[in-house]
Amino acid sequence: MFRYLVRRVLWAILLFMVITFVTFVIFFMGPQDPARAQCGGDQASRSCLVLVTEKLGLNKPLYVQYGKFLNRLIIHQDLGTSYASGQKINQTIGQAVPITASLVIGGAILWMVIGLIVGVYSALRPRSLLDRTAMIFVLIGVSAHPIWIGLIFEYVFGVRLGWTPIANYANFFGAPAGSGLPGGPWQWFYHLILPWTTFAILFAALYVRMIRANVMETLNEDYVRTARAKGAPERQVLFSHVLRNALLPVVTMLGMDIGVALGGAIFTETVYQLHGLGWNLVAAIGANDFATVEGIVVFATIAILFLNLLVDIAYAWIDPRIRLT
Amino acid sequence: MALLEVKDLRTSFQTEDGVVGAVNGVSFSIEKGQTLGIVGESGSGKSVTCLTIMGLNPKRTTISSGEALWKGKNLLTAKPSELRAIRGDEISMIFQDPMTSLNPVHSIGKQLIEAVQLHRDVSAKVARARAVELLKAVGIPRPEARIDDYPHQFSGGMRQRVMIAMALINDPDLLIADEPTTALDVTTQAQILTLMKRLQDEFGSAILIITHDLGVVAEIADDVLVMYAANVVEQADVHQLFGRPQHPYTWGLMGSLPRLETDVERLTQIPGQPPSLLRPPAGCRFHPRCPHVMEICKTTVPALVPTSKDPEHLQACHLDEETKDREGAKLLEATLAAEGAA
Repeated sequence: MFRYLVRRVLWAILLFMVITFVTFVIFFMGPQDPARAQCGGDQASRSCLVLVTEKLGLNKPLYVQYGKFLNRLIIHQDLGTSYASGQKINQTIGQAVPITASLVIGGAILWMVIGLIVGVYSALRPRSLLDRTAMIFVLIGVSAHPIWIGLIFEYVFGVRLGWTPIANYANFFGAPAGSGLPGGPWQWFYHLILPWTTFAILFAALYVRMIRANVMETLNEDYVRTARAKGAPERQVLFSHVLRNALLPVVTMLGMDIGVALGGAIFTETVYQLHGLGWNLVAAIGANDFATVEGIVVFATIAILFLNLLVDIAYAWIDPRIRLT
Repeated sequence: MALLEVKDLRTSFQTEDGVVGAVNGVSFSIEKGQTLGIVGESGSGKSVTCLTIMGLNPKRTTISSGEALWKGKNLLTAKPSELRAIRGDEISMIFQDPMTSLNPVHSIGKQLIEAVQLHRDVSAKVARARAVELLKAVGIPRPEARIDDYPHQFSGGMRQRVMIAMALINDPDLLIADEPTTALDVTTQAQILTLMKRLQDEFGSAILIITHDLGVVAEIADDVLVMYAANVVEQADVHQLFGRPQHPYTWGLMGSLPRLETDVERLTQIPGQPPSLLRPPAGCRFHPRCPHVMEICKTTVPALVPTSKDPEHLQACHLDEETKDREGAKLLEATLAAEGAA
């Protein structure tokens, strides 16, 4: 178990190095010149460009710059400063993370709950009315784009019915004093209902289909028949013998999909004006602010590596066959 | 009263292509401590017979009729809760493939303890002690340590021993063994059969063993049922069956047994394939493959009737008894000659 963990951690570190290096090279090779951006773009004066290039170390070779970047990142946990706005990128990300985390974690819980309940029930009653309805939902869920779903939801539930807010985020721990913005847990929840649903639909559909298939397959396993032959009641057969095995691949998928979903969060954040990581990323690309783009990519990389590590550990915990290899 | 009495058991499955009659009128009974062997090729309905008795067929697509009287109570009409109380306690079952019959994510100890606690109101500690005792009885070395291991840490033969331990843990009256040795290598097969015989003496359970191997039947069974294409074709006690086999299919099975003594290039085999149960052939279902086929075989289903010499020996074949005795004797002679030559 210990060796397994050490190996997983070493893999994560190696991956981190490779991904940060590739990201760094992409932005290094890119056509944009950070010095020009800081000196006012097209009107940049020659003397300013020379000064800033020297100050930012842009004339140094690639490996020196990468070394400085790594040093800053690892020793000082600092992602640098935006060339465009001059704001600390750590601060930008710090403000954006709670929003994206609320969206992604809440959305993931929602899609897992839907996936489990509908998926398992469909598997137990194949071809029933619920199963057929669920399969139609799956087809719509995997086909419809989150932006389209988001706009429809905003129009129907926000504008026509007036049940929910159509945009913005409310801080869970209360809004900043005197800002006049909504805050507190209830407002947080209220503002996130539509984003969560929009965000979760695609994955809920995928997971209903996957869990249904896994459970149906596991129900035919010999050890399920063994459990029944022992006289176990159906509930015990389902929970102790079927689900545990059927959900093994789901845990793996969840680890991978959280990363994919982080990308999908861009759409939801854009539609609902949630200033999370995705929204900031889109804004930074629009403003040619590549330091911010790089900061967000590196942060997202670390987050995904960390989540995958958690999944690997969880996997070893639920599947004894992994533990010993 | 017999422990288990099965009367005219019929099971069919609804499939997308139509109704498949998997078991077509099987009757037998098992007495306390006796061993009954059911022999036949794959798809002859022997496993389905047992699964029907246990109520383990998929409910939605199965139609069963007839009676399976367990201590006088019909299992086919029993409530699910009554069946559950009998399964794993009074009747337990071991399966063909020990590699897939144990749950990979639970330790064998957990699975054994579950089997005890489903039927006995005892603490986990008592159940665990019982599990260790059984693992010892089936010959697992260091049972106290190995009880916490997972199925993938055991070999196939050891897993089958674990399955047997799990089946016997509640001291059942009947043990149904569905091809318990098929997935194992030959030396392990012999060990498992010896183990089953020894445990039968120790625990006094009756055994219903399903196999396609007449050698296994000769080894362990008291009575034998030969099935072909969902029908019983011959039924007798083991000495009668091997001494005076009456059905061409039984002859075929005996002829295809490999023998160490004889030096043959190829084993004799029954020509052709078992028929589709979706559209079985008219008349005797064995007639397309039978070397003694007559006109009547193609139109009339032979009844399962006693032979004139032994009312307990049932067979379903249109051949006259004289021919059958002659053919059976020929087969036996050939066998004895081969053994003499060796």
